[in-house]
Amino acid sequence: MLRLPPIEFVKPRSMQDVLAALTDDPADDEVRLVAAGTDLWPNMKRRHQQAKTVISLMSIPQLRGIETAGGELRVGATTTLTDILRDEIIRARFPAFARAVASISSPPLRNMATLGGNLCIDTRCTYYNQSEEWRRSIDYCLKERGEICWVATKSPRCWAHSASDAAPILCTLGARVKLVSSAGERVIPLAGLYREDGIEYLNKRRDEVLTEILIPADSDSEHCRSTFWKLRRRGSIDFSVLSVAAAVWTDSKGMVTRAAMYLGAVESRPMPVDAMDMLLGKSLGKTLNATLNATLDPTLDPTVGKPSGTAPGEQLIAAIARQAHQIARPLDNTDFTPSWRGKMVEHYAQAALGELAGLPMRRLAPRHGLTVV
Amino acid sequence: MTEERKLRLIGTPFRRVDGRAKVTGRTLFADDLHFPRTAWVKLVRSTVPHARIKSIDCSSALAMKGVLGTLVGEELPDSFGILPVSEDEHALAIDTVRFVGDPVVAVAAVSEDIAHAAALAVNVEYEILATVPDFDAALKTPEPRIHDYGDEGNLHKKISMEFGDIDDGMAQADTVLEDTFYYEGNNHLALEQHASIAVAEDDDRVTLYSSTQTPHYVHRALIKTLGLPPARIRVIACSNGGGFGGKTDPFNHEIVIAKMALKLGRPVKIALTREEVFYCHRGRHPALMHIRTGFTKDGAMTAQHLRTAIDGGAYGSYGVASTYYTGALQTTTYRLPNYRFDGARAFTNKPPCGPKRGHGTPQPRFAFEVHLDKAAHVLGIDPAELRLRNLVPADTITANWLQIGTTGLRECIEAVTAGSNWKERYGKLPPGRGLGLACSAYMCGAGLPIYWNHMPQSGVQLQLDRSGCVAVFCGETEIGQGSDSVLAAIVAEILGIDLKDIRLCVADTDLTPVDLGSYSSRVTLMMGQAALQAAEKARAMIAETVAEHLEVPADTLVFADRRVFRADDPEHGLNFNEAVVVAESRFGTLGTTGSYIPPRAPGRYRGSGVGPSPTYSYTAAVIEVAVDADTGLYNVEHVWCAHDIGRAINPVLALGQIEGSIYMGLGEATMEEQVFRRLPKRLSPALVHKMPSMLEYKSPGFHDMPGMTSYLIETADERGPFGAKEVGQGPLLPVLPALANAIFDAVGVRVDQVPIQPENVLTALQAKTAGKDARVGPKKFPSIDYGEVLRVPTPEQGGDGRAVGDPRAQHAGVRSASGTMKDREEALKEHSSATLTTD
Ligand SMILES: Cc1cc2nc3c(=O)[nH]c(=O)nc-3n(C[C@H](O)[C@H](O)[C@H](O)COP(=O)(O)OP(=O)(O)OC[C@H]3O[C@@H](n4cnc5c(N)ncnc54)[C@H](O)[C@@H]3O)c2cc1C
Ligand code: SF4
Repeated sequence: MLRLPPIEFVKPRSMQDVLAALTDDPADDEVRLVAAGTDLWPNMKRRHQQAKTVISLMSIPQLRGIETAGGELRVGATTTLTDILRDEIIRARFPAFARAVASISSPPLRNMATLGGNLCIDTRCTYYNQSEEWRRSIDYCLKERGEICWVATKSPRCWAHSASDAAPILCTLGARVKLVSSAGERVIPLAGLYREDGIEYLNKRRDEVLTEILIPADSDSEHCRSTFWKLRRRGSIDFSVLSVAAAVWTDSKGMVTRAAMYLGAVESRPMPVDAMDMLLGKSLGKTLNATLNATLDPTLDPTVGKPSGTAPGEQLIAAIARQAHQIARPLDNTDFTPSWRGKMVEHYAQAALGELAGLPMRRLAPRHGLTVV
Repeated sequence: MTEERKLRLIGTPFRRVDGRAKVTGRTLFADDLHFPRTAWVKLVRSTVPHARIKSIDCSSALAMKGVLGTLVGEELPDSFGILPVSEDEHALAIDTVRFVGDPVVAVAAVSEDIAHAAALAVNVEYEILATVPDFDAALKTPEPRIHDYGDEGNLHKKISMEFGDIDDGMAQADTVLEDTFYYEGNNHLALEQHASIAVAEDDDRVTLYSSTQTPHYVHRALIKTLGLPPARIRVIACSNGGGFGGKTDPFNHEIVIAKMALKLGRPVKIALTREEVFYCHRGRHPALMHIRTGFTKDGAMTAQHLRTAIDGGAYGSYGVASTYYTGALQTTTYRLPNYRFDGARAFTNKPPCGPKRGHGTPQPRFAFEVHLDKAAHVLGIDPAELRLRNLVPADTITANWLQIGTTGLRECIEAVTAGSNWKERYGKLPPGRGLGLACSAYMCGAGLPIYWNHMPQSGVQLQLDRSGCVAVFCGETEIGQGSDSVLAAIVAEILGIDLKDIRLCVADTDLTPVDLGSYSSRVTLMMGQAALQAAEKARAMIAETVAEHLEVPADTLVFADRRVFRADDPEHGLNFNEAVVVAESRFGTLGTTGSYIPPRAPGRYRGSGVGPSPTYSYTAAVIEVAVDADTGLYNVEHVWCAHDIGRAINPVLALGQIEGSIYMGLGEATMEEQVFRRLPKRLSPALVHKMPSMLEYKSPGFHDMPGMTSYLIETADERGPFGAKEVGQGPLLPVLPALANAIFDAVGVRVDQVPIQPENVLTALQAKTAGKDARVGPKKFPSIDYGEVLRVPTPEQGGDGRAVGDPRAQHAGVRSASGTMKDREEALKEHSSATLTTD
């Protein structure tokens, strides 16, 4: 069996104790935080993430919970994914967020896994998420101990891909996160937490703890329509090889006033699709179905599919989808071939936008592992 | 005899004898065992694909607190291997490593954590040799050789044989079609990772508990490598959490911990990681195949020429047999009057391939059944009809001298075509929807044992006493398939007692008669026959004494409901335990034995040892698929599968095997692949398993399974117990080609390789739109010198089973004619003549 190396496991009683144990020395990689550990423990067993001391956040009750303040939704960092899925308010107000969370790993893992952990998970690459012995066989790689990135041998940077499914949808909804350290606290847009680098993938100092996720009131289903699509091999367990999160805000006439789309798993950070701006001031189509989001049940296999027929917004949709394809960087470090995943970016972006536009959908691949969620 | 009796248990869905323990978590698997003072072993495995070992430095490991000792290759100098013709493995590498994962050093420590840390601290220096990554490279790179034996360079085995005359056959054809196919390698992915624990009982005596499908062969490998007499080694197979062929070889880790237990004088345990299971492998051989068949206008086949090229990985394993199997069963479904088979297996620097469910036959079956589907379109004959026109008749001998028993393939095809409403729907579904059909046959136990001998392939011993309990001893191994339940049920049926009256003692080389193990779909048939025989003997003894006691003729007695009584007067009789008392009083201690030796196969040519079986099972499957033309994504909507099982001992267990086979077949068809990463050659010689983990090696889960309809077709064959044939492997075979054929029906493109990736479907669809060949698959087949062809006249040509001009033909029958056994002369040299009898 794969076993954890010996560590000191610390269960602090208070946030002060947590903060006191952390330093902002970037060279100090002896201390790490852990929430549920569904990402950290496997990585430490394979020894591509190491630490002498691991500080648990699970013993701090204040970090767990869901509350609404002035319409803004606040989710504590150690709130589990199952807590989120069980929350009626989240399901009603932020259905695409719930859909994304429902797509993460499997029910037993979601019972443990936390939202804060999900937003901070390590970037992934099939040259990296391997045992110590395996990595010795390739002389390691840039991300850990090695000299070369095996995915792009001439590349000066690591291309390990962003793996969080909650990140793209929360970036799309304009969520912010609170980072706390002994030096104080700051609240930053979630999109600003991520960097275009597979190694230093977070804009966060080592001594900062992510304590809270804040989702603005005007991103709920009364103000915007949002969706989340995920491409993966099987119906459960698998990480995304591509995810598409999108949202549009419209005025009373159905004109788009704000629009956002983020792609997951095709870069080291969730990738914003700027072409969404093309929607501003436009109508997405006559057949807008305002109730679509409200009726989304994230725990059920959602209606999946793609637009069929024609609609006024369709050319626009196609143009945005093409741009999404262009900016995505699917590489040979996860399941499926990069070229096919690239093509899928266009299809999935198109499908996500089609859903937002209320275009009639037809089922793509029900029940199969390749279900689009 | 048994036919006339009314069956009470056999054929009913009785509860598995181990079911309750398994669902409540009380079954002890090897990894659940622990003994006082158990030490843990971790293997240091090669991190390079091909190299000479320059030096091994264990000093830092040995200096660590809690480390008890190390072992290196020189301490276990004797080689081993499942087939006597390819004993090319060492418990720990001596001199050369041949793949990333090849074990080099074993480290023992007081805990698993320390053993692992110490293993990481061992420093091995290598002198790198050229990497041979695949079959093509092996063909083009005869030097350096991965092994210093084998047919040529890095080709391990070459086979060429012709039954009848294919040129003549092709000349009679109206149409000759040819195709090239590729089947990717894949792993068994049994849920239980291999684990073993060895206990040093006292000086020089060791007991090994292991997750193995073949305790008898492990025993033999330990005798050889430890250099101890058989009586000093005991092997006990624990319940296996699945095997599928992945636990049929003796493994390095088993030998290492047995040796370490003797060295340290304490129990030693090893539990492999999932990654290490991928290195043990022995899974499906990647296979490139070329198939050419002649058809008459009416769809009759006049000749077939099949060529295969399989990638064996770094060691022999079952590979010689696997190579033969890629050709041997091609003749068992449809009449093939002339047949030529050329096969070759290469050594490459990857984990060794071996037997996985269907052993060597799913690959050519995929090729044949897709090829037939194409032929049906060319000839304008419905694919189901084309198959029905060509069925091999029951009780005939095939061109390559296999004796066919009963066959229900017609009924199988009828069942699945009726179930899927084939006639109304095939070829007529809306675009994107399709149906595909395929068939297959499989062996019910290999006709010959793995090493040369004439002894029983399965033995069962019964012990009865006055308590009324019956103890059943047999070397068979429960791997989840239900063999314990079949064994108990057969004895309970014959003696008219409850499953609860039976105590099983199985898979223990000290205590149980030899059974060769759970592989080649042999257990129900062979063990079943042995159990039947032993139980009948016990029944006869009891019947004789009870008859005297009750003063009635013995043949009027019925054994049922835990009683022995008169058929015409059920009140008149004894309880079973009373009956045993009567018998024990008369005969003394009661015990009987039963054994099974398969019938002699008619083939007498070199290579005829692979393929024969007491009888064959048959399967047909129809798959319905929905394909999305824009993305290539597809969904298997439903599977209909009918299997000719002869007679189901327990229909629920049998259906479970069919459903499990469909699951495994769909996994191979849609996503599973054991593939490797080659880094840029100028930068690194590395060749690593691409994704040795349960998360990244993709295999379907519950979510991904379609609805299934399974049919049991019963064509009782007297060669099996109560008429039973196999069900463990056969139903996997038609699943892959049925899917490929269904995709063609849905969108008109051919994917001539598995797994069928959505990308392949999309590429083929784009080619179709561009007016190009709407196909994805291997483009060409390499030119291989398969050596001189062995010509064997067919039964139809009046042959006698021998090859033309084979100088050895005169000895045929007493000498091994197959790659799976050594020549008799050689075998005699190695073993005492007592273990060999002449016929
Ligand atoms: C089989 C499997 C499948 C998975 N599938 C998916 C999937 O489909 N989609 C997906 O998104 N994820 C998936 N995951 C990843 C992971 O389980 C989830 O992302 C989970 O939400 C991580 O939460 P955690 O609490 O377990 O994080 P942990 O493992 O505890 O932490 C992850 C990282 O974040 C850091 N961290 C945790 N909390 C904080 C905090 N509050 N402040 C600062 N740093 C913090 C830790 O130091 C660590 O580096 C999968 C994991 C497995 C094992
Ligand atoms: S992208 Fe390159 S550097 Fe980053 S983990 Fe993968 S191989 Fe290593």
